[in-house]
Amino acid sequence: MSFLTIKDLNVNIDDKKILNGVNLEVNKGEVHAIMGLNGSGKSTLANVLLGHPRYSVTSGDILVNDESIVDLKTDERAKKGLFLGFQYPTEVSGVGYSHFLRNAYNLLSKSLGEEQKDREVFITVKEFHEYLKRNLDNVGLDPSFLSRYLNEGFSGGEKKRSEVMQMLVLRPNLAILDEPDSGLDIDAVKAVAEAINKLIETGAGVIVITHYARILRYLNKLDKVHVMSKGKIIKTAGKELSEELESKGYAWLGLSDDTK
Amino acid sequence: MNTMTAKELDMDYSKYDFKDSTEIYVYLSKKGLSRGTVEEISKMKGEPDWMRDFRLRSFDVFNSKPMPNWGGDLSHIDFQNIYYYAKAAEKQSKSWDDVPESVRNTFEKLGIPEAERKFLAGVGAQYESEVVYHNLREDLEKQGVIFLDTDTAVKKFPDLVKKHFGKVIPPEDNKFAALNSAVWSGGSFIYVPPNVKVDLPLQAYFRINAQNIGQFERTLIIADEGADVHYIEGCTAPVYSTESLHSAVVELVAKRGAKIRYTTIQNWSKDVYNLVTKRAYAYENASVEWIDGNLGSKLTMKYPGVYMLGKNAHAEIVSVAFAGDSQHQDAGAKVVHLAPNTTSRVTSKSVSKDSGRTTYRGLLHVAKGAYGVKSNVRCDALLLDEFSRTDTYPYVEVNEEDATITHEATVGKIGDEQIFYLMSRGYSESDALSMIIGGFMEPFTKELPMEYAVELNRLVKMEMEGSVG
Repeated sequence: MSFLTIKDLNVNIDDKKILNGVNLEVNKGEVHAIMGLNGSGKSTLANVLLGHPRYSVTSGDILVNDESIVDLKTDERAKKGLFLGFQYPTEVSGVGYSHFLRNAYNLLSKSLGEEQKDREVFITVKEFHEYLKRNLDNVGLDPSFLSRYLNEGFSGGEKKRSEVMQMLVLRPNLAILDEPDSGLDIDAVKAVAEAINKLIETGAGVIVITHYARILRYLNKLDKVHVMSKGKIIKTAGKELSEELESKGYAWLGLSDDTK
Repeated sequence: MNTMTAKELDMDYSKYDFKDSTEIYVYLSKKGLSRGTVEEISKMKGEPDWMRDFRLRSFDVFNSKPMPNWGGDLSHIDFQNIYYYAKAAEKQSKSWDDVPESVRNTFEKLGIPEAERKFLAGVGAQYESEVVYHNLREDLEKQGVIFLDTDTAVKKFPDLVKKHFGKVIPPEDNKFAALNSAVWSGGSFIYVPPNVKVDLPLQAYFRINAQNIGQFERTLIIADEGADVHYIEGCTAPVYSTESLHSAVVELVAKRGAKIRYTTIQNWSKDVYNLVTKRAYAYENASVEWIDGNLGSKLTMKYPGVYMLGKNAHAEIVSVAFAGDSQHQDAGAKVVHLAPNTTSRVTSKSVSKDSGRTTYRGLLHVAKGAYGVKSNVRCDALLLDEFSRTDTYPYVEVNEEDATITHEATVGKIGDEQIFYLMSRGYSESDALSMIIGGFMEPFTKELPMEYAVELNRLVKMEMEGSVG
């Protein structure tokens, strides 16, 4: 039994079919990459796993520890240990970054605490701030982020670093990262990859959605690479597949831009 | 998904919804308003003639003015179905122990004595028409700070009161200011001597208890040159099926270099008409801040104003309005620049839900000769569902060309993406909603003393009924 099992998943958006029978199993401790052209359904898959209300599952199933989660609300999925690193994190004005994370951490601890024996308990705000500062430092963000509002005024690079920082702080069982590397310079890509490596050390699983092999090269572990096209996974192989795609392009698999 | 749950959100008013018996009342006037009512109130208070004459003149003004035909719906106010004067205690006390038990219990439930011990420099507590408790920290008293109910001030400091009373807001200003001027009772009088800085806030708490009560407190604050004071008022009432009327007049005078901050958390029950006139005079280098929170009431019409009479004076008006089912918050700000290099900033935030209605009504005036004025007005409205409504009426009159004026207004809805983002971090849908609303109101909340910010967040912390089923 895998931690996450996706069975023949079909998904619509506004009556338009967008996922077309996705099958995937990811266990804790495993690192998977999902690659593919724009419009192939990668981001849809990430959002559907967390239950974005815009999408409707028409058939198939998503299981966590053998239990279906398709009827669960987004927060209940988060409480099962799923985390989504957003491609474009939304800004929430006036909501304090550290306050937001402290509440979220405590909410998740209620369900994840039993399973994660080494999950820390922070009694005081100060203790939690120290924990946040360590993690901000891990991803190269300034401690001043503690007093900022959630994602407000963050640069593109800061948003990406912040997403993986939140991932490290919240300690999910499985993190789904939607293009954590897009638009980043090389230092930022390294920082994001290092954060993923740190999460892997906790025993969590990771799904990295990306267009490029670059970020994958910095990962200490990469178990499988999947290629998506037209709403389904069309090819699965080891790490070498990402390099092959990088050198030969998607045309090598007979693919052209799905959005066209 | 937000539209679905927004309907099920409600504010928790249970903490404030309790009633005391009126049996202990020392005095309850007959319902209705006449010249006799005005004379009776003045007589009960044993006032000097000048005040009695002021009341009677105001009563004539009240009668001569038509009901306003703008703002909210005032057609259901029945002036003859209101008690204009109710007194629950024989005398005012300086110790909570001397306050009649049921009244004391009321204020204890509202947490006032506790707040006084913890973080206030002085407290006044008004129950119906009269102030039942008043106390000021001794060291401030020694420094010459006066903090009294206005009735006592009229007797003890007649010259000081007479000089300013009704000068910032004359009875002729509007019908409800005239009504208050005729039948006023209670409220706070504060005088802060030159260069005295009151380090902790002074607070007044206004409680309506009985049905169909009219509460007409009258507040006058004078900060002498270089003085600094922060005054907070809170208001609640139990829920009845018929209306009560709260119509206050608040006058502030900030002399040269003085600073007054006036914070209001108005949380009347949803059957109270809240028709209040608030205005300040700010002289040279003075600064006046209205921090104005409107959560309760059936209809509020209130536009705190600052008249900047001396150069470099500054006005700051930060307000938040929350309108739920059958509520209309018609609120705003008036900044009147009458002197050079005066500056003002208006920040208005409103939230409407469940067919609630918010209106921003603002006036920005720059007089001829007031050069170098800078003013920034920002109003943001949030609509939680398609049944709610918000309107913005900004009146701008600028008579000097070099004024720097910025005005921004936005109307928004809570985006599904924001809710999804927060839920993906483990927040329930209703928690996500209240967090976003709390964030929206943050520019207001951050101006409050911490204890009030916590209480405000608790109030706006919304319950999603139906979440179990």
